[in-house]
Amino acid sequence: MKVIELNKNALSSNDADAEILRGELKEKGIFLINLMSAAGSGKTTLISRTITDLREREPGLEIGVMEADIASDVDAAAIEALGAKSIQVHTGGCCHMDAVMTRESLEAFGAFEGSPRIIFLENVGNLICPAEFDTGAHLKVMILSLPEGDDKPLKYPLMFAESDALIITKMDAAPYFDFDIDAACRRAKALNPDIAVFPVSAKTRDGMQEWEAWLLEKAEAL
Amino acid sequence: MHEMGIIIHLAKTLEDTAREEGLVRIGSVTLRVGEVSGIVTDYFEDCWNYFKKRHPVLQDCRLIIETIPAVTRCSSCGQDYETVKYGRECPYCHSGETWLVQGNECVIKQIEAE
Ligand SMILES: Nc1nc2c(ncn2[C@@H]2O[C@H](COP(=O)(O)OP(=O)(O)OP(=O)(O)O)[C@@H](O)[C@H]2O)c(=O)[nH]1
Ligand SMILES: [Mg+2]
Ligand SMILES: [Zn+2]
Repeated sequence: MKVIELNKNALSSNDADAEILRGELKEKGIFLINLMSAAGSGKTTLISRTITDLREREPGLEIGVMEADIASDVDAAAIEALGAKSIQVHTGGCCHMDAVMTRESLEAFGAFEGSPRIIFLENVGNLICPAEFDTGAHLKVMILSLPEGDDKPLKYPLMFAESDALIITKMDAAPYFDFDIDAACRRAKALNPDIAVFPVSAKTRDGMQEWEAWLLEKAEAL
Repeated sequence: MHEMGIIIHLAKTLEDTAREEGLVRIGSVTLRVGEVSGIVTDYFEDCWNYFKKRHPVLQDCRLIIETIPAVTRCSSCGQDYETVKYGRECPYCHSGETWLVQGNECVIKQIEAE
């Protein structure tokens, strides 16, 4: 037997699959967003609000949502109620989506036919594993909600380091929590100087416009 | 299941390597796993022993795990310290503004094969 040195990240095969998927989607003009957060931070609510608002701006805009969950389909049902196309993906006990699972879901969704043009992947609710697995998305967006606390960048650094945008949501609840928004921003930027930060409330719609404008800009630059 | 997710990719990488290098049997794989990578090594080994049976080249492949110690650096005073011992607060200046330098990895170091 001979020794072969590899010195490769254990997830390098996933990284390669993700890169190929990202390129294929781009060629077809499909923009994929990987939305990550802890359970209950407000992913489904933010997606619903964003879809409603974007459709108001651009009535013909086709948006789809892939809801990844270990079980249940309540999130997909909530999206369908808005009249947007959605699919529920069960991860079979897995705590994250990887590039192969994302490709399979996109196939089941019929996305490779070129519609919808903007697709949200609501990842499994958890701040650890989804950060490690590249799904092939063009944009990684994370949500941190006020009740979770401003220390989360210190506890889950990889998620903050990997995300293109940080949405701080449930801002309407600010009077009830001692969340220090400056400290949260400072800690997130120490890990990732380029991260875009959007404080919003999906309930009162405060701050949603800035986030939506940024998102459309990124989608157009694909 | 975090461990299973990683094992699936590990097996795929090893199969690809075997194909590229014309290997028929991989006898062992050495992984370097960070102390705070969140990987539970006992559980990881169970997943591996279950999963390797599905891949002919990996049938008798042993999993060898080396630990990478976790080191945290303090943004305030610049010192490094042991993450597992002191956590997020710098033991030198008590600042909470600290970040992980190493200890979160999972790297395939080498394989023994024929
Ligand atoms: N006050 C307030 N509540 C919100 C806001 N966004 C979401 N919520 C509430 O937070 C709860 C969880 O929201 P979801 O959108 O279901 O969260 P999620 O991240 O999709 O949850 P999982 O898919 O289970 O991980 C719901 O009760 C929402 O109504 C907000 O901006 N303000
Ligand atoms: Mg949800
Ligand atoms: Zn210090």
